[in-house]
Amino acid sequence: MAGQKTKIFDYTAYSLPTEGSAGFTGSWRSKRPVIVDAKCTKCNLCWLYCPEGTIIRVKGKIPIIDLTYCKGCGVCANECPSKAINMEDESKWLSK
Amino acid sequence: MVTINELTDDEFLLKGNSSCAGCGATMAIRWVLKILGKNTVLVMPAGCVSVFQGMFPASAFGVPVIDSSFGAQSSISAGLAAAYKVKGKKINIVTLAGDGGTGDIGLHAVSAAAERGDDVLYICYDNEAYMNTGVQRSSLTPYGAKTGTNPEGKMEWKKNLPLIMAAHNITYVATASVGFPFDLMRKVKKAASLSGFRYIHILTPCPPGWGTAENLAAELGRLAVRCGIFPLFEVEKGKLTLHKVSSRLPVSKYFEVQRRFEGLTEEQLKYIQSRVDEELAYLEQLEKITSKVSKAE
Amino acid sequence: MAEQIEVLTGNAAAAYAVKLAKAQVIAAYPITPQTTLVERIADFITKGELKAEYIKVESEHSALAACIGASLGGARAFTATSAQGLLLMQEMLFWAAYGRTPMVMAVVTRAIAPPWNMWSEHTDALSQRDSGWIQIFCHNNQEVLDTVIQAYKISEDKRVMLPVMVCFDGFEISHTSENVKVPEQRDVDDFLPSYDNDLIDPEKPKLLWNGVYPDDAFKFKMLFSEAAQKSKDVIDEVHKEFDLRFGRRYSAIEVYGNPDSEIILIAMGSVASSAKAAVDVLNKEGLPIGLIRIRLFRPFPTNELQKAVERAEAIVVLDRSLSFTRGILSTEVAAALYNAKRRPTLFEYITGLGGAVVSHRSIVEAVKHLLPKIREQPKGVLWMKAGG
Repeated sequence: MAGQKTKIFDYTAYSLPTEGSAGFTGSWRSKRPVIVDAKCTKCNLCWLYCPEGTIIRVKGKIPIIDLTYCKGCGVCANECPSKAINMEDESKWLSK
Repeated sequence: MVTINELTDDEFLLKGNSSCAGCGATMAIRWVLKILGKNTVLVMPAGCVSVFQGMFPASAFGVPVIDSSFGAQSSISAGLAAAYKVKGKKINIVTLAGDGGTGDIGLHAVSAAAERGDDVLYICYDNEAYMNTGVQRSSLTPYGAKTGTNPEGKMEWKKNLPLIMAAHNITYVATASVGFPFDLMRKVKKAASLSGFRYIHILTPCPPGWGTAENLAAELGRLAVRCGIFPLFEVEKGKLTLHKVSSRLPVSKYFEVQRRFEGLTEEQLKYIQSRVDEELAYLEQLEKITSKVSKAE
Repeated sequence: MAEQIEVLTGNAAAAYAVKLAKAQVIAAYPITPQTTLVERIADFITKGELKAEYIKVESEHSALAACIGASLGGARAFTATSAQGLLLMQEMLFWAAYGRTPMVMAVVTRAIAPPWNMWSEHTDALSQRDSGWIQIFCHNNQEVLDTVIQAYKISEDKRVMLPVMVCFDGFEISHTSENVKVPEQRDVDDFLPSYDNDLIDPEKPKLLWNGVYPDDAFKFKMLFSEAAQKSKDVIDEVHKEFDLRFGRRYSAIEVYGNPDSEIILIAMGSVASSAKAAVDVLNKEGLPIGLIRIRLFRPFPTNELQKAVERAEAIVVLDRSLSFTRGILSTEVAAALYNAKRRPTLFEYITGLGGAVVSHRSIVEAVKHLLPKIREQPKGVLWMKAGG
């Protein structure tokens, strides 16, 4: 499971910043966002809108989607002004 | 103004948390924290956020957080602000609560904090019901919406919390929507530059609670504004500025994609449309009247 | 070490102690009989005698919530309340205790309504005995001042980190003037180190108090209870150090009169003051009666109590609280003595509810009424005649 495992039992209960606090949430996904390179204008709006911050923007390059955590909500595809993101069935990718 | 290039790549709401796919609140909070940066402490009561913040020993937040009992968030923030004042510490205090935590169980304390002018930025993420407990009605659930505690649809109008806050004559009040991220971030930036009690009310659509597709949070945020259902405005030093919608859409456009509004009758739609029109006219009047107001600083 | 003698009410004594302790954030909501206490603090702040922020909250629930925020922000926090106010705080009482946020609250005890009644009774404070707060009951104004100062030292001790309630009777103590020795500021400064809290640090972000799964929750509760247990040692240490510095000795229980008496009265707060006078009268008449005043209610001084009543035939609890059919102090005393090697017979008197006067005369009369029956089995809870 993702996330830090060291439990600190200090005098009061607190937790520390952890990626994957709910595990590898990419496993929730039924649809996978796939960027069509030719259509992408590198505007990074997908990076902005992704509720999870699972899209990584790279200056002058096509953004990268972190499939370990992407829940497949499809907000990125819906907001992409050039319709450069397709939501594809995850099952299709699993069988590949 | 805020542009995409000036935004930090640092994330303060970490990926892989347990928020529902396509959560509007997650979107808004991620943006808010990008603007405020790491020198921020969140005070949060029970709500969706207290669920997707993670379970011990993991935190989904990259900034310090104090979990508050439901409704006590404003008062814990008040104590923190007083301590920072005495100690000379400079840390942004952000009280982050949902519509139920703000408009129902926490209203007395929010009102008191506003009246005292505590040096706090209050962010209300409004998903229009008690969502983390499985969708029950709050006073901010809109007319006609079905929830677990009013399966027939709510028969009362939504409480106008932003105007209630504006009536406290606080430093800054704004409404924002996840449909307009740059407007939202501009308002957060502005609020952060001011001191005293600042209140931003953000409409954060909830796909499972509203019965919509997971990819629609931002789109619903836009529709709510374009139909006039959730007007965007700012109130600064008593002056109200309304964000005008050039070609307003009929309210039905907003309802037809949400299962919570299923079964609204023609008559109800007419009623909603006329009330939305009236409320917009009221805001326009307020804008006119308050343009002459000059509040002593 | 020079001390100034001032004529102060209990509330004023508490306010002086708050000033001497240099509390930095005060958050309080007015309720009789607490009001003159917080007004006096507001006065100190306005005159610049105390550098603190006073948050004028809209309820007691918020008063305590604000103290939690202040304590986490590294400020020494103080609040005060009574009766309904304390009950409204209940949710935050647990939040402060389980969250381990040090602070001090004066509880000016008052009866719980309905019917409305503003006079003293201990049911308000005692009804919160399970909230995780250390609870100390004072029986005179000097003790109020001294205890508020001690309470900060106990509360902020790293081994403890628990909030402390300093309880004293409404009107009988809060509004009654007595000579009080007010220590010098520098002596209090030497006794009480400054307070800070480093939990909230943007450089090392921590999320306080998010969800915990059952096994971990169990462990945190255990850690809490260990600290609560440990607080007894710290309280004893603080009592000793206070005695060394200021020459006033306090202990978890105070034994008055002949400790070897056959009959021992047990009381708290101003009831204990009347009981002391009653013991004097009874002793003068040649009747062997002693008194144990319970000062520390949480953690309950079980060992001390067991030892103190070892040779007694009977104990008589004068209880200013009510839990359905019995007094709360009585049940606590009974529980503490259950595993004692030798248990005296327990007689339970309910007295002074709703501010009903508990005079030394009524105690003398009640004890004399019991004397012929102390070798018999008690027949249920007794209600002491009200009035002086």
